[in-house]
Amino acid sequence: MTTRTPLLKAEHVGIQFGGLKALSDVNMELNKGELVGLIGPNGAGKTTFFNLLTGVYEPTEGSIVLDNEKLNGLPPYKITRKGISRTFQNIRLFGELSVLDNVKVAYHSLARHSILSSIFRLPSHFSGEKEIEEKAVEFLKIFKLEHVMDEKAKNLPYGQQRRLEIARALAAHPKLLLLDEPAAGMNPQETKELMSLIAFIREKFDLTILLIEHDMSLVMGICERIYVLDHGQLIAHGTPEEVRNNPKVIEAYLGEEVS
Amino acid sequence: MATLKRTIGFWISIVLALILFVVVQVLISGEILNSFYVNTLFFMVINIILAVSLHLIIGITGQFSIGHAGFFAVGAYASAIMTMKLQMPFALALLVGGVAAAVAGLLIGIPSLRLKGDYLAIATLGFGEIVRISLLNIEYVGGASGMTVTHLTTWPWVFACLLITIIVIANFTNSTHGRACISIREDEIAADSMGINTTYYKVVAFVIGSFFAGIAGGLYAHHFYIIQPTNFGFLKSFDILIFVVLGGLGSMSGAVIAAILLTIVSTFLQDYPETRMIIYSIILILVMLYRPKGLLGTKEVTSFFKLRRAVQGGIGNDNKNTVA
Repeated sequence: MTTRTPLLKAEHVGIQFGGLKALSDVNMELNKGELVGLIGPNGAGKTTFFNLLTGVYEPTEGSIVLDNEKLNGLPPYKITRKGISRTFQNIRLFGELSVLDNVKVAYHSLARHSILSSIFRLPSHFSGEKEIEEKAVEFLKIFKLEHVMDEKAKNLPYGQQRRLEIARALAAHPKLLLLDEPAAGMNPQETKELMSLIAFIREKFDLTILLIEHDMSLVMGICERIYVLDHGQLIAHGTPEEVRNNPKVIEAYLGEEVS
Repeated sequence: MATLKRTIGFWISIVLALILFVVVQVLISGEILNSFYVNTLFFMVINIILAVSLHLIIGITGQFSIGHAGFFAVGAYASAIMTMKLQMPFALALLVGGVAAAVAGLLIGIPSLRLKGDYLAIATLGFGEIVRISLLNIEYVGGASGMTVTHLTTWPWVFACLLITIIVIANFTNSTHGRACISIREDEIAADSMGINTTYYKVVAFVIGSFFAGIAGGLYAHHFYIIQPTNFGFLKSFDILIFVVLGGLGSMSGAVIAAILLTIVSTFLQDYPETRMIIYSIILILVMLYRPKGLLGTKEVTSFFKLRRAVQGGIGNDNKNTVA
């Protein structure tokens, strides 16, 4: 088992859109270095929960704490700088930008040169840009994307776009990485590659990963613990084995087929 | 290496620009160009400055603002007040015009840049109209009859302002700050989740764009002897918008080329007052039909030169900037 310091602590988190309670009383604890799955039927509130963690929405109840810092009410860009970064269910790359520039954007918050130094092309501009460029190129090498780095992101094949999105999220130096259905639309071979990629980045970057996924082989295969959401509420959590055999989960999610 | 090449490219452009400057200056002082052509030329350069400044807001940052004539007006009147009422030198007046427009941009930008798309367009359109109607009713600046301004704009001033505008906006765009702006245009939610303070960069782009619109206003005011609120109506805003869209959203050289072409077209169409707007509109429709992404799309003129090199040498080191 990994070290027992909770990295993320979500307590009684909920959000209400008008009369609709999209999520209520969600408790989650993620320890450093864990790989945790979040599953549930369509419309259960998984992506909404990601949006709460990343500040796209502000929770109407409960608190979210990362490394002893409260995140409630912070704008998304500040939360990213505190160490949560994510990918999206429907890929959201900067299509018109090159692959390299996509990663460079993620390094933006590390840039120390000011707007004025860029406008007047002061030495700090050149050193700052060079630093960003070197880091970004190095990063693309890790993800084996350096041969397409001048390509526009929108022109990449689907699998590479997914890989680039993960690379971009990691370039923002997160402590916690949120992956929203990374295997969506992938064939079994690509899913397999994705699984090894996830295992690899987790080792390499000393990451904690929370992942939403519908692909059961992926979730059951690599996650250490699994949380199950249904109708905006946590109905179960535990090891893949426990979750698989939980009658509530079978009823809500896996249906009659698993027997 | 890449930096070196880029620096060389930069100095070549500067040298070319200086040659252009000297040639035109000789033509003007030798009175080879008559005043009609000089007028057109100045008007063209002012249009280019407006187009490039709006390009930063719409083409790069993706914020659909159609009140640019409002900032143009603020700059024109502010600089005219400086020279005519306060007897300040022209250089200071230009600067004050730019700063006044930038302040207006800041005041309008902070509340309205939270709006998106059509809603932002309507808010900025409203701002442009407010400026026009206010000027119409302020006696201090002459109300509807306008304000007479001495002729101070000369070719060196016009040219220097143009050069500064292009360099500043190109430098801004080709930096991590410019990339932040482009990422907002491409996908605001993703930009946010990459740690980019989207509101901040939208306001910054808006303020820089307004500043140069204000400079253009100062040049305009001191060239045409008189400024009236009717010169700054929403039709002017649309003119500027058309330069940017026609040139290709996201392409600065496209905006420049479109501003040049359309100024020429509309100047020569002045001989046919009855059909002028019809022909002008038909040209716009035809361009949009055959070049739906604008004259240059998102490309820059320089990218046509770089293309060949990238093919020869595989993945080039010097072709990583998307714009300018």
